Amino acid sequence: MRARSVPQRGLTLEYMMWLFTRLSGLALIGLALFGIGMAFYYGARNQVDMITAFRWTFFPNHYHIEAAADTIVDFDRWTTDLWQIMQLLILFFGVTHGINGLRVVGEDYISGPLKRLFWRSFIFMAWIFVLIVAVYVAIKA
Amino acid sequence: MAFGKRVGLKGIQYHGGGPMLVWYFHRISGLGMIIFISTHVLASFFTYVVATGSDFVVKINKIYESWPFQLFIFFCVLFHALNGLRIILMDLWPQFLKYQREVIWLEWGIFLPVYGFIVYFALQRVL
Repeated sequence: MRARSVPQRGLTLEYMMWLFTRLSGLALIGLALFGIGMAFYYGARNQVDMITAFRWTFFPNHYHIEAAADTIVDFDRWTTDLWQIMQLLILFFGVTHGINGLRVVGEDYISGPLKRLFWRSFIFMAWIFVLIVAVYVAIKA
Repeated sequence: MAFGKRVGLKGIQYHGGGPMLVWYFHRISGLGMIIFISTHVLASFFTYVVATGSDFVVKINKIYESWPFQLFIFFCVLFHALNGLRIILMDLWPQFLKYQREVIWLEWGIFLPVYGFIVYFALQRVL
């Protein structure tokens, strides 16, 4: 049986990720509210059905409003660079927040420094992989 | 397994109480979103970027385009966002911890009507 390790003080990875989780969570809620607000400004109330509007709020990609393409009057407005930047911001905050959450959940059930090292290496590679693929899809598709 | 004991499935067993229930749902909804977004990103990659058109990708698309899965994902997003806001509130203003259980009831009071509204209209459209 091992003694429980006391958390370090100061600017550690744990503290920084704790802070990042809170800040990115707030940022994601803010980005989603901006997305749905702009959708209503663009006339989503009459032109987009509810499920499609929520899909857009979750991630403002033009594929997500394809279902309402016939009723949307000015489709080009929904595909500007602003929304490209929004997508990249949501991807960075969302993927990092989620992968860090996966790390925290995993470390609750993992003991020992070697296992933790393997887990963290896997998490780091998964983070880079998902981020690259997601950004590539968001820009290309 | 903080003390090196083998606790098995006891670590994730529900022991009752509102705070544990929301902690549990927070984890399930977070993991649900991770699984959904990872598969969705990969499937989109093979649909729009590489365009393999293989049966496997089409089958994955069918899973998350089905309405039960969409309702599950909406549960994940809404609950995770609301509960995350509660956690941020608790962490930044610890004096609220005194009213922890009341805040959780308030959270359910916001979540259930909004989610019920969505489920009602989504089902009305589908069924």
